[in-house]
Amino acid sequence: MGKLSIGCFSSLIGSMTLDFAVKLAEAARKKGHDVDIWLSGNGTMLSKKGQRKFQDYSSLEKPVTDLIKGGLTMVACEACAEARGQHKEDLLEGCDRKSMDWYLASCFKADRVIHIGGE
Amino acid sequence: MASKKFLFMVDKLPYKAESSRLALTHAIASQTVDIHLDEDDEMEEPVIAFVGDGVLNCMKGQKALECYGVTSLEMHIKNALLTDIKVLICKEDVERLGLSEDNLIMDAEDIGADMQSEIVPFDDILQQMEKSNHILYF
Repeated sequence: MGKLSIGCFSSLIGSMTLDFAVKLAEAARKKGHDVDIWLSGNGTMLSKKGQRKFQDYSSLEKPVTDLIKGGLTMVACEACAEARGQHKEDLLEGCDRKSMDWYLASCFKADRVIHIGGE
Repeated sequence: MASKKFLFMVDKLPYKAESSRLALTHAIASQTVDIHLDEDDEMEEPVIAFVGDGVLNCMKGQKALECYGVTSLEMHIKNALLTDIKVLICKEDVERLGLSEDNLIMDAEDIGADMQSEIVPFDDILQQMEKSNHILYF
């Protein structure tokens, strides 16, 4: 089985990019691949716990939490999160925070990289 | 031993969003990636290529600190050169925007960098894309 590294830089609400990334990660995990998701810039919003579900917006906290429990690695850029007022205590359970070199190392070790830039 | 090469591509305008800043900071972070790699693994010096409207990130004389209170992309580009990152600027886009070498950040001698930016035809950037293991398109 292979390893997929997904870098996400788009925002949680207002863009469907993270929805795509999560669905892709889910499909890859179902096929038995290792998946790392890196959240940077506005993408760090996905790492915040306590997202409230509304009918008009897609909601990713539950699928992401399930994926993490199932072995997905999700890491947010610490500086990007802190700059947005998201602190360690705000992190989704199982999600980690690291610096950018972690993402580059994840890409280095990956068989495939899908880097989804910001808006 | 594994050796891999990364290309960072920027086609977004400066300061409109944070894409180009993140491209530069991620490229510069390659300097410390070794701590996460196996002993025999090696990341080649990365390349950052500015294409399309992204070449405007390379304009000289940016006043981001005065205007926005943030480090300018000019400073980030100079730091990239200081850390021996290859900086490529698309020639066709430089000409399309009526720019020349005189308008662009071609070196970072003021902070002690030996590396210089290069204005190259898009074909050369395409070659770099072909040589790279991963392209991170910001």
